[in-house]
Amino acid sequence: MDLIFLSEFTVARPGIGMLFWTFLIFCLFWILVGKFAFGPIKDALKKRENDIQSALDEAKKAKDEMAQLSSDNQKLLNEAREERAKLLREAKTSGDKMISEARDKAKVEAQKIVEEARNEIENQKNKAIVEVKNQVGQMSIDIAEKLILQQMGKTDEQKNLVDKLVNDIKLS
Amino acid sequence: MKELRSLVALIPTLLLAVGFPVLLNAQDHQDTHEQNTHGTTVEAYQEGDHEDAEHHACHFHADVHETIYDATSTAYHHISDANVYSIGSFNFPLPCILYTKGHGWDFFSSSKFEFDFFGHGEGRKAYNQYVLDNGAVKRIEDPTFPTDEVALEGFIHQEETTDGETKEVAYACYDGKHYKLLPQSTADAGLFGGGITSFYDFSLSKNVVSMLLITLLLAWGFFSIAKAYKTRDNMAPKGLQSFIEPIFVFVQDEVAKPFLGPKWEKFLPLLLALFFFILGLNLFGQIPFLGGSNVTGNLAVTAVLAIITFVVVTINGNKNYWSHILWMPGVPPIIKVLILTPVEILGMFIKPFTLMLRLFANITAGHIVVLSFVGLIFMFGRLGESTAGAVTGAVVAVPLTMFILAIELLVAFIQAYVFILLTASYIGAATEEAHH
Repeated sequence: MDLIFLSEFTVARPGIGMLFWTFLIFCLFWILVGKFAFGPIKDALKKRENDIQSALDEAKKAKDEMAQLSSDNQKLLNEAREERAKLLREAKTSGDKMISEARDKAKVEAQKIVEEARNEIENQKNKAIVEVKNQVGQMSIDIAEKLILQQMGKTDEQKNLVDKLVNDIKLS
Repeated sequence: MKELRSLVALIPTLLLAVGFPVLLNAQDHQDTHEQNTHGTTVEAYQEGDHEDAEHHACHFHADVHETIYDATSTAYHHISDANVYSIGSFNFPLPCILYTKGHGWDFFSSSKFEFDFFGHGEGRKAYNQYVLDNGAVKRIEDPTFPTDEVALEGFIHQEETTDGETKEVAYACYDGKHYKLLPQSTADAGLFGGGITSFYDFSLSKNVVSMLLITLLLAWGFFSIAKAYKTRDNMAPKGLQSFIEPIFVFVQDEVAKPFLGPKWEKFLPLLLALFFFILGLNLFGQIPFLGGSNVTGNLAVTAVLAIITFVVVTINGNKNYWSHILWMPGVPPIIKVLILTPVEILGMFIKPFTLMLRLFANITAGHIVVLSFVGLIFMFGRLGESTAGAVTGAVVAVPLTMFILAIELLVAFIQAYVFILLTASYIGAATEEAHH
């Protein structure tokens, strides 16, 4: 028997000492490691989870804000572009207007100058005609005087005749 | 017990029959012959005069040349707790803290027993009426035995039937006389061959030392991790921290939160402590070069863990839990009194009891299977007599052992996980608020 049943199945017999030591060691492990390691680790993990969540939330918020900002920018840009177009249009209109006004004014001026020139010309012409008429008359008188002096002796008769002749001559 | 033994002994035989029929046939003749011889010897012991048998049997295990490899007793020896720390066949002394009623406390090193460094943990000397038998301290009941250091002649182990109960009894031989050995007190109430005696062993045994070692290692690891979380605040985890964090988060998110609901934070330390304690010891037990301590395969260890679970569940049980156990609402009173309440009360105890047995059986079975496969080498090699047989045994045993070790690695994790999963579900059921 001694050779065969040397050892017994003692693992199924819970020794009092083993119960005591297991209880002591496990409870110490549970209390100390639970309090000073598991607790802080759990809190740290929880804190990190919250941090990550809030960081994600913030990132999403920032992204939304950026999108908002960029749409605002776009709007501003569009407005500026419209303003420029409007300004350009206005400038062109006013330029055109100024040009046409200047042209009209110039035309009027030119016309006025032409008119004045024509009047002057007319005046000068009239003046010249009168002078010519006068000179011609004088010359005609001189000629007629000489003629009459030669042909007629009487001054009165001569004079009437001359007037009649002068009036006949119509200057156009 | 006998069934279990024959079952364990059957495993290598079965493998032999399946894997190597030719080899078996070749060796069968010799085997039968040897066993027959041995069988007759055993019968002679049992039938012959008791005094005569003892006269032949008194010896130290190490001094006897064995020809038959006893797989069962080798396996039992290796999974048992011991007062020596054995790594392979090398034994190192451990402190003994012993108490006997009417005798008081004793503190000494187990080296006082003068066991062989390369041996089976048998003390060649008795000290203070204590002896070291098979690695375990036992007490000599006889008060006439000398109280100081005395050299022993050997040990005898035999089965004795008293009051219809068969027990294995050990004797120490000294001065031509046989002294009955008293094993330490065990809390199995005689169910597994133990019971309360006058002798209590509070020694720092192999299991206690392994447990201390692993617990200190775990504590150091977790303290440094907790420190890392403090110093490396708002930084990515690194090193040990990033190794443990997924396991930690797994226990927290997959076990604690789903089962415990809003109270998960209160019970998380218990679940984590149980998980890492069981896992650490399961894994430590699988390292052969560190002694392969079978700590979580010891009923005392699993019993304490189960009792702690039971106490936590019972203390935290709310009104809803107790009303469902004692007076289930919506069930006729007669059924409640006759069936439901007794069953529910039994269930309160059966739940932790299954926790205790499951872990114990899984880990012990794993150790026994590994030892059985390794034992094939010695069985085939006839304890060094046949080199060819040992080589054949190694060819068979090494892949099988590797396979079982791989499974055991998985079992180490699964059992730790299952233990806390069930613990969480029991606590969850006890703390759940009424939902109707």
